[in-house]
Amino acid sequence: MSAPLLDIRDLSVTFSITRQGGWPWSAPHRLQAVRGASLTLAPGQTLGLVGESGSGKSTLARAIVGTVPASEGQVLWRGKDIVSMTAEQHRNHGRHVQMVFQDPLDALNPRMTVGQIVAEPLRTHFPNLSKAEIHRKVGAMMERVGLLPALINRYPHEFSGGQCQRIGIARALITDPELVVCDEPVSALDVSVQAQVVNLLQELQREMGLALLFIAHDLSVVRHISHRIAVMYLGRIVEVAEAEELIENPRHPYTKALIASVPIPAPKAERARHRPVLQGELPSPMSPPSGCVFRTRCPIAQPNCADAPPAVQKLDDTHWVACPYHANTDKPVQI
Amino acid sequence: MFATKSVADDLATAPLKGRSLWADARARFFHNRAAVTGLIVLIAVACFAIMGPFIAPWNNEDIDWNVLGNVQTGGRPSLETGHWFGTDALGRDLFARTVQGTQISLLVGIVGALISVIVGTLYGAVAGYFGGRIDNVMMRVVDVLMSIPYMFVLILLLVVFGRSLFMLFVGIGLVSWLDMARIARGQTLTLKGKAYIEAARATGVRPFTIILRHIIPNLLGVVIVYATLLVPSMIIYESFISFLGLGVQEPLTSWGALINDGAAEMTNGTLWMLTWPLLFFVITLFGFFFVGDGLRDALDPKDR
Repeated sequence: MSAPLLDIRDLSVTFSITRQGGWPWSAPHRLQAVRGASLTLAPGQTLGLVGESGSGKSTLARAIVGTVPASEGQVLWRGKDIVSMTAEQHRNHGRHVQMVFQDPLDALNPRMTVGQIVAEPLRTHFPNLSKAEIHRKVGAMMERVGLLPALINRYPHEFSGGQCQRIGIARALITDPELVVCDEPVSALDVSVQAQVVNLLQELQREMGLALLFIAHDLSVVRHISHRIAVMYLGRIVEVAEAEELIENPRHPYTKALIASVPIPAPKAERARHRPVLQGELPSPMSPPSGCVFRTRCPIAQPNCADAPPAVQKLDDTHWVACPYHANTDKPVQI
Repeated sequence: MFATKSVADDLATAPLKGRSLWADARARFFHNRAAVTGLIVLIAVACFAIMGPFIAPWNNEDIDWNVLGNVQTGGRPSLETGHWFGTDALGRDLFARTVQGTQISLLVGIVGALISVIVGTLYGAVAGYFGGRIDNVMMRVVDVLMSIPYMFVLILLLVVFGRSLFMLFVGIGLVSWLDMARIARGQTLTLKGKAYIEAARATGVRPFTIILRHIIPNLLGVVIVYATLLVPSMIIYESFISFLGLGVQEPLTSWGALINDGAAEMTNGTLWMLTWPLLFFVITLFGFFFVGDGLRDALDPKDR
């Protein structure tokens, strides 16, 4: 693998939640949304990030973009740590990392025209550009994402969800970033539009050499677009592998359950296959289980899983799993 | 086939004009009859205040010596004497006096609302956007200022520093922005969670640019509605102060002062001294309330 564009090392994000009914000075609750996450992303690659709601996917993405402060660890961008940057350096860094959001209409200021929205990153990072130049670039970018440049003076509420997402993508790409973080960019769209947006992203990635961090809870979409996939559970990354390898040969019991939950679009095959369904709910991130956070729902949990967080094991150069018992997954052990 | 192609060409070349939320709101506002009537009344009152001095046959300071002895009969409203609205107890032309009172009262109302819009909105938006400790300190300051009875402060200011128009503005300015700051902060807190604010932060837009470019334009709907409802309450404050005899000083006058003078003469059979300023006072307040209502319906169609 080439030198990574992004190298995340032991990143943790902790939120302080004010105690209800407590004194102003009483210590707030700590919520560890992301714990000890390590990932790398090479230029031009797509890393898919999957996990159920509340697993910390979005928080991890926001820590990379910098809108949520990391409490521990490093986010190295071409070797430079962006966690320890000053606010000013961080603002300048914003040019290289952009974000695409889940709810396309919520991500566009309703009082601004499409032209103003798409031009905002340009105006921020290249204040010397002339109006004509900005207008030309915005028009070209709109065309590139499949919008008529003539719609430049329209307002977001005059567009459909898919079009709004295209506007969001145009805004993200206007400064020629190297990484675009897509936080569930297609889950608010209907299926036919999802495909259009995913294909657009892939196309733009090829043309512009973008790296993508693609968050979704739809495994089939992630599999389609990603080179590598990381699986998160309750703030921890439990497995990372090449996309095909992860889908075909999942090792972590949680990944297996996740893949089993994807329905096969063929009723007979669907009814015939064995589906290990996870029992119970996601534990509260305010008081996570000791040791391995997945042990409360794990079909192969052992008594000593409660002792310490499982070490990350390297299966081969690209496949990592955080479960010491991944080999005997197929033989459920009764405790 | 031909036609389709040319339409497509048009679409591809000529930039289309979008319909902004403001344009939508304007259309809704002009469909509201009560609001449009209110607006026309307000424009008429404003024209009255601006044009009045040029059409009044009498100056507001000159005393008509012919009337002075017998205001009850000679000072009646009449077209022949040129006292269209009659005269006041001193024989001064009431039309000219009402014009002057309208100017002052509108000025007080508009200055008060303007201070509250500018100071209150910025203060509230800054407190809400930065949040945390800054928000806490800034809003506690507002709470403390709010707990002081404003009428007391106003009266004290006017007594200590002398009665002047400037002191009146200062006093009204001091209290008018507090409510607005709270409203703006509350709205900012809901806006802060929007993804477009996060997008701007992720891009690296400066905090104050975010406040000015993203937060304030989205606050403005609520702020404008509240401001139009604030103007009449400012006029009422001023009228009350003037009614107590602490507001504007002779020879300046305002609606409150005129109503006060008229009320004092009520028993002498010179009712016009009360009715004319009162009429203007009432129609202006109604005008503002209807316009405010219309704006609220136009700007927040969901909240009706």
